[in-house]
Amino acid sequence: MSLLAIQSLKKSFITPTGDKKVIVDIPHFSLGQAEQRALRGESGSGKTTFLHLIAGILAADEGSILIGQTDMARLSESERDRQRALSLGYIFQTFNLLQGYTCLENVLLGMSFAGKVDKKRASEVLERVGLSHRLNHYPRQLSTGQQQRVAIARALVNKPNLILADEPTGNLDPATSREALRLIRETCSETKAALLLVSHDSQVLSTFEGVQDFSLLNKASNEGGAK
Amino acid sequence: MNLFQIVLRNLRQHLLSTIITALSIALAGGLLMSIWSVKQQSEQTFTRVNSGFDAVLGARGSKLQLVLNSIFHLEASTGNLNQTDFDYIRRHPTVKRAIPIAVGDNLKGYRIVGTVPELFTDIEYAPHHTYTLREGKLFDPTKKEAVLGEFSANQLQLNVGDTFHPFHGLAYDPRNQHPETYTVTGILKASNTPADKVVWIPLHGLQTMGGHDPKAANDISAILIQLRSPTSGFILDLLYNKQGNRLTFAWPIGAIISDLFGKIGWFDKVLTLIAYLVALVSAAGVLVAIYNSMAARSRDIAILRSLGAHRRTILGTIVLEAATIGTIGMLFAFVFYFSILTLVSTIIRSQTGVMLNVFSFDYVMIWAPCTMITLCALGGLVPALKAYRADIASNLAPVS
Repeated sequence: MSLLAIQSLKKSFITPTGDKKVIVDIPHFSLGQAEQRALRGESGSGKTTFLHLIAGILAADEGSILIGQTDMARLSESERDRQRALSLGYIFQTFNLLQGYTCLENVLLGMSFAGKVDKKRASEVLERVGLSHRLNHYPRQLSTGQQQRVAIARALVNKPNLILADEPTGNLDPATSREALRLIRETCSETKAALLLVSHDSQVLSTFEGVQDFSLLNKASNEGGAK
Repeated sequence: MNLFQIVLRNLRQHLLSTIITALSIALAGGLLMSIWSVKQQSEQTFTRVNSGFDAVLGARGSKLQLVLNSIFHLEASTGNLNQTDFDYIRRHPTVKRAIPIAVGDNLKGYRIVGTVPELFTDIEYAPHHTYTLREGKLFDPTKKEAVLGEFSANQLQLNVGDTFHPFHGLAYDPRNQHPETYTVTGILKASNTPADKVVWIPLHGLQTMGGHDPKAANDISAILIQLRSPTSGFILDLLYNKQGNRLTFAWPIGAIISDLFGKIGWFDKVLTLIAYLVALVSAAGVLVAIYNSMAARSRDIAILRSLGAHRRTILGTIVLEAATIGTIGMLFAFVFYFSILTLVSTIIRSQTGVMLNVFSFDYVMIWAPCTMITLCALGGLVPALKAYRADIASNLAPVS
């Protein structure tokens, strides 16, 4: 049974010259419950746009994005916001931590928009990623690897069904990268969350059994449309 | 983390701009409330102050000058009346009581007023309040004795038993010292009226002070009058102001002072206008402070949105932030308000003897903060709408 099922998904943008440019054109894509899959793709191939569409950050022009029984493509923006808070975790390449908030507060923020703030749970997740001694540290007081671990904890804290990871190791050195990747995969397995990771790093991709080429998936890439 | 905690965190992140903006609001709010309150309290207090009299009779001149001189102990006298004038008015059937006063001397700038002991024993300066002595006793009208108001006694540092030499004129000039020596026999309790800043001596003492014109030894500066009935004033007004041309009958005292506030109303309007403008500029300051920080915040806003925050949550956060700056500012505005009012009331007290009640409640304490906070929230609406419309995806760089 698929957790994520995408049909005829299209997204285009208007260029500064006024032309319509198709960035994402995916006829079909699916991801099973608790499945972990990597998408290989070069920079500018539309991977981030694809993840943004799944997360409901961007609205699709056409098609459907079924997450469980919910079609993200048919929801209003505020319903997509709610869905994102409740059932999705997003790990960014640049971590996207709020600098004015401590590690614990960054994780609690992730919970607050889902309406289930639980300090104990947030502390436990941070402990799981090895940051129990850094709860009250600010992101600037952490190493890049530790910052990414906070981002992982924040993505996992609401026990989402699906984790989206956009070049999650792009800003990390090889050793830290391996460690972060191991942590993402392990924690997803533990929580039975499906993982969809996009990367162009062959080292990262080599750890996945099922690697899909995004350029083959996205018809817009083949037509030179995606950026 | 709730919305308010997020707001507080935002304020902390932009602490300097928060403090400066809140201070400008505090200043504007404090100024607005002070101007309003001083205006209200002064008008209420001064139009109420009549020292227990309904009218004043003096030499021909301005009614306002007559009232300021004889009730508030400010300004110069309009001239003198003679004993016959006093005897006539005292016996007039419409007059309940008439108290003569004479001015023309000072003690280091504090006005010396000659009068009769009945002013302190028979007159209620306010309903159910007669002048009472804090210490000592009233002067003997036949001796060179003095009773001091509390404020003048404190400022001159005079106690019962101390002596002093009066100085000629209403303005202090050390070269104009009279040879007479007066002894302080009593100090009045504070009445919060102009009487507090006066040095009271017997009428005869002032009339016969060395250096004064011996021909004017029976002259008086003004007569303070209590009428038998409110309509009595019309009769005397007709007698002195319309049919006569030698004396002025100032009545009713409250209306004359109210007329003064009417005349200086333009000044108060200008001050109020300035305060409103400062308030508007401060609200605009909130707008600018938050708006200018929007570029730096755009990424934070995008992150919050990526975590599931609705557009309206972001809008609410920024409007609440602006309103919170306004609230903090208005809390400090009360510090400015009480400081300004204390200062102004001290000045008014030293000039007139009248004490404004700094801590009395005025509706400005409610409507000014509410208006200011609403203005700030409205100011915050502009950057909030910018944040509301911001595109998340483009602010969550980099894109792969």
